Amino acid sequence: MDLFLQNIVNALQWGSFYALIALGYSMVYSILMLFNFAHGDIFMVGAYIGFGVATALLGFVAMTGIPLPGWLILILTIIITMFITSFVGIFIERVGYRPLREAPRASAAITGLMIGIILETGNLAILGARRLSFPQLIESTTYQFGGVYVTNKKILIVGVSLTLMFLLHRFIQKSKWGMAMRAMSFDFEAVPLMGISINRIAPLTFAIGSALAAAAGILYGLAYPVLDPYMGILLGWKAFVAAILGGRGSILGAALAGFMLGFIEIFAAWIFPSTLRDVIAYSIILLILTFRPHGFFGKAHSTQLRL
Amino acid sequence: MQLEIKNLQASYGKIKALHGIDFSIDRGEIVCIIGANGAGKSTTLRAISRLLPADSGSVMNFEGKNLLQYQPDKVVSELGISHVPEGRRLFGNLTVMENLKLATFARKDKDSIAKDTEQVFSIFPRLKERISQMAGTLSGGEQQMLAVGRAYMSGRKLMLLDEPSMGLAPLLMLSMFEALKGINREGTTILLVEQNARLALKFASRAYVLENGHMALEGPSEDLLHNPEVKKAYLGG
Ligand SMILES: Nc1ncnc2c1ncn2[C@@H]1O[C@H](COP(=O)(O)OP(=O)(O)OP(=O)(O)O)[C@@H](O)[C@H]1O
Ligand SMILES: [Mg+2]
Repeated sequence: MDLFLQNIVNALQWGSFYALIALGYSMVYSILMLFNFAHGDIFMVGAYIGFGVATALLGFVAMTGIPLPGWLILILTIIITMFITSFVGIFIERVGYRPLREAPRASAAITGLMIGIILETGNLAILGARRLSFPQLIESTTYQFGGVYVTNKKILIVGVSLTLMFLLHRFIQKSKWGMAMRAMSFDFEAVPLMGISINRIAPLTFAIGSALAAAAGILYGLAYPVLDPYMGILLGWKAFVAAILGGRGSILGAALAGFMLGFIEIFAAWIFPSTLRDVIAYSIILLILTFRPHGFFGKAHSTQLRL
Repeated sequence: MQLEIKNLQASYGKIKALHGIDFSIDRGEIVCIIGANGAGKSTTLRAISRLLPADSGSVMNFEGKNLLQYQPDKVVSELGISHVPEGRRLFGNLTVMENLKLATFARKDKDSIAKDTEQVFSIFPRLKERISQMAGTLSGGEQQMLAVGRAYMSGRKLMLLDEPSMGLAPLLMLSMFEALKGINREGTTILLVEQNARLALKFASRAYVLENGHMALEGPSEDLLHNPEVKKAYLGG
């Protein structure tokens, strides 16, 4: 029983990464009808930017002697990194996708793949092959509940993820920008008739998706401190699976499916030999998709942004 | 002249839908374009609101400004030209109120938005009763009201209407045109495109007849109503 609960805690953490990344795939898809295959690499870039920001903040503390507590540095790192990474998304939309908006979807898809390769190899060229270690900004503490161990980091990771998802939900439901995004997911062409430029909504969507991926990157760095230029590939693909499984374009679906993926993987590794984890987990998901080809919240031929 | 169109040509791929049409509208007028299916009526409106690029050689001026230099969203937000498109194109996943609000997205005169919203509800009281209903679940008539209301909120110098009578019962059709007359009296110029020629000619003061991408006839509606050719082709003899 304890082990079961322990696995639930672990699955919540693991699912948080998938959910945060899947949201970006889903939002961009619902608005522009394209999957941004560079999104996993934006997660990686976010982790590296987070590394840079955290290092700079630690350097600032060391230099000035202002005693900023670790948690504050972490929060600042998350906010600043999300902000910077959102511009990476805006840039990718502007340079990579906008010129191809009228092009066949396959061209837009390979654009994403190419941007991904550029980001990975560019990172390798600039920073070299050495692996960076993400600064551990807060000291690890472990709480014990019966036989279940919960670290403060796990609580933080899940808490920050859920908070960001809640904020996203509010933004999409309540703000006029969110309203425009919902409208655009329903009828792309009619949006300009409202006096709204698609070239403002599309970058915004990329910006938000990228910021969420960056947050995932930092949280991931807290849990698994070793950074690697290729860290976004597998995680990105799996989050993409979550986005599809949730129902293309469904925000709530993407988040739920992200957590579900986390659960399936963790429990597969618990029940079966851990080397078989992904074989089992993704066979299960394949099976689910056979029965629900449009995902959990997806409808045939509909891409509207749903919550 | 508020809107001046000269030699307007537009194409879908290699197929030309408009072969150089000319027409113009004065401020405050109600003008209609009638024509059969596929004549190019919707294409004309789409070219004016810049949803469809005009081919080179086309000239479009609105209040002295070159329309061709405006992006579709700026046509609405900067020039005040609103477009009720064919098929209404409401955002079915947004509520009635959200659809109206969205139409004011780029407006800078925030103070008058509340007043305009009230005005829309006084023109179409039915909408007020359905404020938080999803637009996709409105009846056809209510959707048409919302489409017009939304255009009213977004820009009001010139309103382009693509078959507002479509799918409306006769009684509702008349009250819709009454409402449009009211909006026109407030100062909005109206360019209406209709298949229902009789209705359009009674509503508009001047009319154009579009045939296969060419302007075939033009004149005061009264004259066209009694023109034997028009009678034969569009008014059922
Ligand atoms: N998206 C499109 N792609 C290709 N051809 C199109 C497209 N839209 C319209 N056309 C063609 O352009 C011509 C003019 O179409 P348009 O929609 O302007 O006609 P209309 O006068 O509005 O007709 P209706 O009364 O049926 O609405 C038609 O021959 C039509 O087939
Ligand atoms: Mg038409």
